[in-house]
Amino acid sequence: MSLELQHPAVAPQRLSHQFEQIDQQNEIYIVGMWTFLVTEIMFFGALFVALTVYRSVYPDAFEQAHSALNVWLGLTNTFILLTSSFTAAMAVRSKMLGQRVLTLLFLGITIVCAFGFLGVKYVEYSAEFREHHFPGPNFQWSQTVSPSTAQGDLAANSQVALGVPKIGVNEFPANYQPQQLELHKRELFFSLYFVMTGLHGFHVIIGILVLSTLWLLIYFNHPTVDDYMPVELAGLYWHFVDIVWIFLYPLVYLIGKQ
Amino acid sequence: MDNSEHINHGPGVGHHHVTPVGTYVATYLALLVLLVLTFAVSRIDLGAFNIVVALGISVVKTALVVLIFMGVRHNSKLTWFWASIGFVWLILLFLTLGDYVTRQWVHLPLGW
Amino acid sequence: MSSIPLNPGAIGTGGRTRARENYLNIKHTVSSWLLTADHKRIAVLYMISISVMFLFGGVAAAGIRIALVRPHDTFFSSETYNKLFSAHGIIMVFFFLVPSIPATLGNFLLPIMIGARDLAFPRLNLLSWYLYMFGAVLVMGAILFGGIDTGWTFYEPYSSVYSNTNVVAVIVGVFIAGFSSIATGINFLVTVHKMRAPGLTWFRLPLFVWAMYATSIIIVLGTPVVAITLLMVVLERVFGVCVFNPACGGDPILFEHLFWFYSHPAVYIMILPSMGIISEVIACFARKRIFGYEFVAFSSMAIALLGFLVWGHHMFVTGESMYSGMVFSLITFLIAVPSAIKVFNWSATLYKGNVWLTSPLVFAIGFILLFTIGGLTGLFLASLAVDVHLNMTYFVVAHFHYVMVGGAIFGYMAGLHFWWPKITGRMYPEGWAMLSAFIMFIGFNLTFFPQFILGFDGMPRRYHFYPPEFQMWNILSSAGSSVLAVGMIIPGIYFLWSLRYGALAPSNPWGAKGLEWTIPSPPPSHNFDNVPIVTEDAYAYEAIYAAELAGDYSHVEAPIPLGAEAEYSSPAEPSKLPNSSEERQ
Repeated sequence: MSLELQHPAVAPQRLSHQFEQIDQQNEIYIVGMWTFLVTEIMFFGALFVALTVYRSVYPDAFEQAHSALNVWLGLTNTFILLTSSFTAAMAVRSKMLGQRVLTLLFLGITIVCAFGFLGVKYVEYSAEFREHHFPGPNFQWSQTVSPSTAQGDLAANSQVALGVPKIGVNEFPANYQPQQLELHKRELFFSLYFVMTGLHGFHVIIGILVLSTLWLLIYFNHPTVDDYMPVELAGLYWHFVDIVWIFLYPLVYLIGKQ
Repeated sequence: MDNSEHINHGPGVGHHHVTPVGTYVATYLALLVLLVLTFAVSRIDLGAFNIVVALGISVVKTALVVLIFMGVRHNSKLTWFWASIGFVWLILLFLTLGDYVTRQWVHLPLGW
Repeated sequence: MSSIPLNPGAIGTGGRTRARENYLNIKHTVSSWLLTADHKRIAVLYMISISVMFLFGGVAAAGIRIALVRPHDTFFSSETYNKLFSAHGIIMVFFFLVPSIPATLGNFLLPIMIGARDLAFPRLNLLSWYLYMFGAVLVMGAILFGGIDTGWTFYEPYSSVYSNTNVVAVIVGVFIAGFSSIATGINFLVTVHKMRAPGLTWFRLPLFVWAMYATSIIIVLGTPVVAITLLMVVLERVFGVCVFNPACGGDPILFEHLFWFYSHPAVYIMILPSMGIISEVIACFARKRIFGYEFVAFSSMAIALLGFLVWGHHMFVTGESMYSGMVFSLITFLIAVPSAIKVFNWSATLYKGNVWLTSPLVFAIGFILLFTIGGLTGLFLASLAVDVHLNMTYFVVAHFHYVMVGGAIFGYMAGLHFWWPKITGRMYPEGWAMLSAFIMFIGFNLTFFPQFILGFDGMPRRYHFYPPEFQMWNILSSAGSSVLAVGMIIPGIYFLWSLRYGALAPSNPWGAKGLEWTIPSPPPSHNFDNVPIVTEDAYAYEAIYAAELAGDYSHVEAPIPLGAEAEYSSPAEPSKLPNSSEERQ
């Protein structure tokens, strides 16, 4: 339950010249932010479509490939992000009530969590680079590809899995084999994995920059942040980053793990 | 959709919804429970239902974050509209899958 | 209607009255332009930038037409030819057509039409211009120093694996420009939702605002998809990841799906604003309410929605599933319905209207004729079987130029002429404008109609060499393009001329309805001294027409003494007199 109140502690907000009332201004900021988040949803949506398409076309290869991911680190990161989302919501609440110290505390925890997330991601990425799981010419797959798997994927999806050779060569290599295509399918999974988590990580970095700027502005009592709206909008963005991960974690790390 | 409802109040005074701390804590705990659940379910082989359950849990988690953490449940209809349109439009984007599902319905000889 | 005096020079004659303060003369420093948050100034900045980009795109087009005069052209190498058509497409689509009307006329008019002082996010609006400029400079640099040969569609795997040209720089430029149009889209959506003047309900909005709203929805929902898709092409090129590359089992058709998910709706980003302009112009010069206002408004929304469901018709002859193709073909036919509704409603508005034939109206009628041809040939291409024959031929090229040039650019020209007096405060020479409209119409048809025939006879698009039997039609087309170029250079000259020598424009030279005509030309920085109260529907032209018949309506107002701006109001619209009791802050 929540209360609708004109809270005495809420700091007065300044009205920009193009608006008529503070309610209109607040709603415009929130709707504007949501409209921006809609573009972000479509942005990540295209990647989720690509993941879904390739997962449905190469189920076996994708299942094998994703078993190389560290599901525990993923779990830790989900926990970290959920926590940071909670503290971000609390930061907005504190800011709205004008509780400066609490705002700084909760914003601080959110930023620490964001760094923690990137730290865990760094550990994961390092392991994957060590094992040559980063796509490109150096991509390697240590586990053997079982022929039945290869057959299954190829037969079911012959129209997609056209046996075209590797990048940069204009003719079929003499040693071209279906196994190589199997290798490349795993590379495909890791391409999507790195693109999706990389872009998400990029959004986390942007979030750190925004939240840290707000933290400093509040710390030095800058007049821009007398209003709670900047914190509210940064919070919306941060929750969105959390939502992306809420879908990324099960779809990339968990599904097919049996 | 009419804009007349917002000209009743004087300038400089706004309406604010302050959600109690308890609501946020409860939401946070619910999210953690759902996280454990999604992890646990992924360890059980449900066949095709693994993905259904995982996505279902993710949708519930997203709904919790959007409605409570992001405060959409107290916002105007307009915010509801924009908060939902992105998720709705994703469905259109996912119509791409229609191509991949139906490609195998016809077995044409490969190549020309 | 020639009895209406069009002699706005009455104001300011002899320098007795100094120009009143407006958004143009309020400050003159360079930084007052480059750091402005005024939507009107940003619109002018955009207008200059897109005109320059249009010039670059036009030069590339001229190169293409020169090359195609002879079957075995030796003027350009084939590599250069590929770079020319790619440059033409990329510049025209991403840096002219998409931002053209929204970022210029839309930016200028949208807040004024809804009675607001500015857009909801003025600084975001300025940021959008800087993003556009950054993208434009990057792309122009990449094109001038090396070029790109993928075509504007950046099809995989050619763009990621095989092309040895400046693909990365161009895509990054397009990506950045995409964010500029997203910023514009967000701004417009929020502004239309939340900043309408009191009394301005949704169904009193000018149809141009409806069109901008529909356009912004497409921009916001579509642009991110193409942005991420192009980003993946860059990642494939730079880091060697593989998402669409068939060498990894990737599917290039998935790239086409995601690319056209934006790029098909993008053609509605280009045409919908033009349609909005046409509705304004036709209602004004027919002196009638637009026929079926609600239908025109909803057809804009229907086009925006259906436009998102037809992208697959670009891939009928790829490996796309034939069932998918059938559905996309069907929906493509459906989208002809809202488009046709608009054409019928405009025709019905003109029918038995009290038509005043001015240059904006001539451009608008040109739009209707050319858009009808462009739209109907789209139905040929929507038919699966016919498309197998016509796909990737000049028939497609002719079709989309009829819609893009015949539609979007004629609409843009109509709007530019219609609102030029409002934007600059000067009248352009009507005779020259009329002449250029006819030259453009003739030149346009001469350029692109032969391409229908070429395409139907089987000449593929994007080919440098062609069999000699196609030469006659190609020469006709090239000749037409020079006529078209003349038709486009004339307005450039007289618009620039009018800035200095044109007669001063009255606030409402056309006797048009709409809030923008109730304020001085050019408008003051803050648009409205008092927030207007809207009490009537858009296009209530009956009163104006009755006054014109009775002879007591004049488009020329008396000179306004300095310092009396506050009392200023249009003599035509007593219902919109500023109401001082509603004054805010």
